[in-house]
Amino acid sequence: MDNPFNDRLRPAPSHDSQPYWDGLKEHRLLLQTCADCGTVRHYPRPVCDQCYSMRVEWIEASGHATIHSWTISHHAFHPCFKKDLPLTLVTADLAEGVRLCAPLKDASPGSLRIGAPLRVGFETVDDDLTLPLLILADTP
Amino acid sequence: MKSLCEKGAVTGIGETAYTKGSGKSTVALQMEAALAAIADAGLTPKDIDGIVPYSSGDGVAEDFITKFGIADLRFSATTPMGGASAIAGIQAAILAIEGGVARHVLIPFGRNGYSGGRIGARVQQLPQFRTIGEFEMPVGQIAPAQLYAQMARRHMMQYGTTSRQLAEIAVTFRQHALLNDNAIMKTPMTVEQHQESRMISDPLRLFDCCLESDGGAALVISGAGPAKDMKQRPIYIMGIAEGHPDQPSAITQRGDMTILGTAKAVPHAFGMAGVSHDDIDVAEIYDCFTYIVLCQLEDLGFCAKGEGGAFVENGGISLTGRLPVNTHGGLLSQAHIIGMNHILELVKQLRGDGGKAQVAGARIGLVTGYGDMGDGTVAIMRN
Repeated sequence: MDNPFNDRLRPAPSHDSQPYWDGLKEHRLLLQTCADCGTVRHYPRPVCDQCYSMRVEWIEASGHATIHSWTISHHAFHPCFKKDLPLTLVTADLAEGVRLCAPLKDASPGSLRIGAPLRVGFETVDDDLTLPLLILADTP
Repeated sequence: MKSLCEKGAVTGIGETAYTKGSGKSTVALQMEAALAAIADAGLTPKDIDGIVPYSSGDGVAEDFITKFGIADLRFSATTPMGGASAIAGIQAAILAIEGGVARHVLIPFGRNGYSGGRIGARVQQLPQFRTIGEFEMPVGQIAPAQLYAQMARRHMMQYGTTSRQLAEIAVTFRQHALLNDNAIMKTPMTVEQHQESRMISDPLRLFDCCLESDGGAALVISGAGPAKDMKQRPIYIMGIAEGHPDQPSAITQRGDMTILGTAKAVPHAFGMAGVSHDDIDVAEIYDCFTYIVLCQLEDLGFCAKGEGGAFVENGGISLTGRLPVNTHGGLLSQAHIIGMNHILELVKQLRGDGGKAQVAGARIGLVTGYGDMGDGTVAIMRN
């Protein structure tokens, strides 16, 4: 029997964030940028905290990143992640200066260190949802 | 500039039994604690003319007007900062009193954090966590334990902090809880038992995480003038402040994730109080996770950033240590009463009612609140 609690947690995109989610579906990591002063910001929001401009442009991230911190979760805080345990979650410093939090795939705990180079990947969940993921850059 | 130093005092405290399964509604828990606090202050419910209910609970000012028959409630506000809310509520209460709007402000709290809606599930329901809900929960970053684990991991890698040092915090607070009749945890804990406890989100183990509990607690805040003639010895608030971190709702986007909003509140609170760290006889520090205690000790300035691990080692925060911390057992071993229990414990210590955990001669003490992923509050009190 289907158990709705096992369904994936899904984002509820806003007007400000819709382009981010649309970009992921095309396997592109898009970041919001101030159209006036060029400051990159994440997570998406309607105003630049540097110059207060509300004009927005989107840039495609290079996909280059390094480990800022991480945790390995052994407890499923939502039933839909039970199958993924232990789940390695990484906060990554993107080359563009903002951070991305995403699961790290196929890494042994011993290879985790601050500053380790990463690249951004994508997990297509279904037609409506693609999520970002991270891979150690030296993984073939 | 006007200062709030010693303009307000805690004049009444009240609490229920702290349990796993209260068998009472959360409103009843709040009423029971509130009535005890009002009686402790030597007041009647009709004397209350200000209320700061807990913003994420299910108590509202209307409940108290109805149930206490308050004819002219002049001040009500909420301070939505999770575990930092209660001290922010005291600051709001003193502002209202000093501004002549209210005379006696009630700060009530009650919830069934164990038997009702579990605390761990609440994050998803709060508007201040919209960004976590949209961008982090779908990838598996759901609970505070996971975010605080990333903060702790960063601290460990930067400063060499160890899990055994976190264990010292849990073990010390358990020792204190064993001296407290109203504590949920009744058996001792060793560092080894902490190290063997189940891994929740590496590096945080089960015994690094606070309890989920049922219970109620309440405070009455009055003006310093009237407090002199009230039933209890007044506990004066010398310094009080709230601090919000940059990027308050997204730890992952915060420039330095090893610094809490607490650090911003500290100069304001100490400056207002006009005291130094050496003057603090006892500290009750919000302890949702062991790491958050260690981080606050640094942000508070009791030691430098990165030295929290050494500070808590060898009984450093025990009753006989350099700074006795969480003499009641804290959220880790007494009960999770959203830090209200920390404020009540400081008041008891400064009244000399600390029981078996009384710090001899305690005259000035400090209490913190912490919540919603980084908000910090600090209050310094004296007897």
